[in-house]
Amino acid sequence: MGHKTFSHAKLTLNSNQLSQGIAGVFLFMAAFLMLGSLVFPTNAKASSVRPPANATINALPENSSPQPAPKATGGFVPGNTLGNRSQTSFWKSVRDGAIGTRDTMQAFPSPLIQSQGQDWRYLRNNYISRYGGWLLIGVTGLIALFYLIRGRIKIKSGRSGAVIPRFSLTQRVVHWFTAVLFILLSISGLILLFGKHLFIPLIGKTAFGVVASASMQSHNLFGPLFIIATLTMFFVFLKGNGFKLVDLKWALKGGGFFGGHASSHRYNFGEKAWFWWAIILGITLSLSGLILEFPWLVGTNMWPLLAGLAHGGAALLMIAFAIGHIYIGTVGMEGSLEGMTRGSVDENWAREHHDLWYQEHNKEATGDHPPAKAQAATSKG
Amino acid sequence: MARMKFLCDAERCIECNACVTACKNENEVPWGINRRRVVTINDGKPGERSISVACMHCSDAPCMAVCPVDCFYQTDDGVVLHSKDLCIGCGYCFYACPFGAPQFPQASNFGSRGKMDKCTFCAGGPEKDNSAVEFQKYGRNRLAEGKLPLGAEMCATKALLAGDGDKVADTYRERVVSRGFGSGAWGWGRAYPGQSGG
Repeated sequence: MGHKTFSHAKLTLNSNQLSQGIAGVFLFMAAFLMLGSLVFPTNAKASSVRPPANATINALPENSSPQPAPKATGGFVPGNTLGNRSQTSFWKSVRDGAIGTRDTMQAFPSPLIQSQGQDWRYLRNNYISRYGGWLLIGVTGLIALFYLIRGRIKIKSGRSGAVIPRFSLTQRVVHWFTAVLFILLSISGLILLFGKHLFIPLIGKTAFGVVASASMQSHNLFGPLFIIATLTMFFVFLKGNGFKLVDLKWALKGGGFFGGHASSHRYNFGEKAWFWWAIILGITLSLSGLILEFPWLVGTNMWPLLAGLAHGGAALLMIAFAIGHIYIGTVGMEGSLEGMTRGSVDENWAREHHDLWYQEHNKEATGDHPPAKAQAATSKG
Repeated sequence: MARMKFLCDAERCIECNACVTACKNENEVPWGINRRRVVTINDGKPGERSISVACMHCSDAPCMAVCPVDCFYQTDDGVVLHSKDLCIGCGYCFYACPFGAPQFPQASNFGSRGKMDKCTFCAGGPEKDNSAVEFQKYGRNRLAEGKLPLGAEMCATKALLAGDGDKVADTYRERVVSRGFGSGAWGWGRAYPGQSGG
C-alpha cells in the first residue's frame, strides 16, 4: 500500500516536470516550423494525404490476436472508463421511445427509435388494406347476389303519375355536392391504398407515379371541402333522422327487402343509419384528414400514425355503406333516384316505402294545399 | 456481395455533429433538411449518451412496405434507395420508419410536402452512377467511387462505422472485448446502481 502511494507521488512530480518540458519542446518546434516555412516554401503537390507504400496501415500487426479482456476484479464489470455499468435499462428506455435532444433542425421531435411505426405498418398492411379490400369486394358481391335474386324493386302498383315533394333544392344541392366530393375522394384514396397492387402490374411504376401524385394532390385539395360538405349535410338532413320505435320494427322485418311490408316515416331505419354513419365517419375522416394534411398541427408523430389508421378504416367503412346506398338509390329500386334529382317522388312509391310519411303528407295536403300544387311547391325549392 | 451497415458506438459518440455537417456538405442536401441527426439522451446528466442516426438501410424496410407508389428499392449491397421521380411526398415512409430517416422539404407556402429525401449510404439513386442529375437529386455516389459514406469516414472518434456488416461487427466486437462492458449484463444497472471500478 505504502509503495503504491509513494510511486503515485513520484509520478505526479514527474508529470509536472514533464509537462513543462513538453511545452518547451512544442514551442521550439513551432518556431522551427515557422522559420522553415519561410525559408523553404512547401510544395503542395509533393505532399500526399495517402500513406507511403511501406507504411504500417493497421494499428495492430497482422496475425496478432485481439487484446485479452482485462480480468474482472472485485465483482465489478471489468474496465475503468465512463459507462462501467450495465446499460440495459438505458437502452430499454431508448427502445420505449425516449426523446432526446439535438442541435440540428428537424420537423418533429422524433425519438431515437419509434417502435410505433412498426405497429402502424402491421395494422395498415395487414388489416386496413387486406380486410378493407375484402370488405369492399364482399359488399359488392353481396349486393350483386341480392340483385340477381331479388332484382330491381319495382313500384308494385305502378306509377300513379301524381308526385309529392321529397327533397328541397337546398337538400339536393348539398347532397350532390357531398356525393361528388365523396366519389372523387374515394377513388383517389382507393388508388393510394390499392393502386400499388392493382395498377403497377398493369401500367408500370412511372405511369402509376403520375396517377398517384394526381390522386394525392386532388385528395388534399378537395378533402377540406368535404369537411364543409359533411357539416352542411348534418344540418340540412338532421330533421327527421332521429331514431324512433318504428325503426326497430323496420329493422326486425329486414326493411321489407326479403318480402313483407315495413312501414316507416320520412326516412326509414336504413336511411337514418346511413345518415348517422356518414356523419360520424365523415367527422372522423375530417379530423384525421386534417392531421394527415397538416401534421405540424399536432406536435408528436403519434397523432399522424393514429390518424392514418383511423382515416383508412373510416373511409373503407363509409365506402362499403355508400356502395349499398348508391345501389338502392339507382338500379336497386324503381322511383327512388328522382327524389334526389327532380326533388319529388311518385305517390305510389311513397305509399309503398314510406307509408307513415305519405299519410302525414296527405293529411297536411288535404288540410292546406290540394295535391296538384305539390309539384309547384317542389320546384320552388 | 457485402451487406452494407451503419453502426454508431454510443460509448464513443461525442455529439460533435460532424457527421451531420459532412453529410450535408458532401451531398448538397437542400435547405432545411438534415439526412443525419445526432440525438442525445439524458443530456447533461450522468450516463448521457449520444447516437448519430440516419437511414439504417433495414433488411425488411418498413418504408418499402408502406410506400403507395413502390418507389423504394434495395441494392445488392443492402442499401435502401428510392426514386424521387416516383415519390409523391405522402409521408407514409416517415410514419413507418423506426429511425425517423425520411425527410421532406416544404414544397409550397401552403405546407405541402415535397419529394422525400433521406440518407442514401452515399450511394446516389436510380440514375446513372456519378451523373450530374444523380448528384442533383440524391447527392454523391461515393460507393460507386469505391468510398464509404462520408459521415462515417469523417467521424473523429470513429463512433460511426459504415461498411460491410461483417467488418463493422468485427470492429465493434473487438471494442466490446477490450472495453469489457456494455455487452448487456442484465439487471446490473438496476441492482448495483452507480458502481464503477474494477
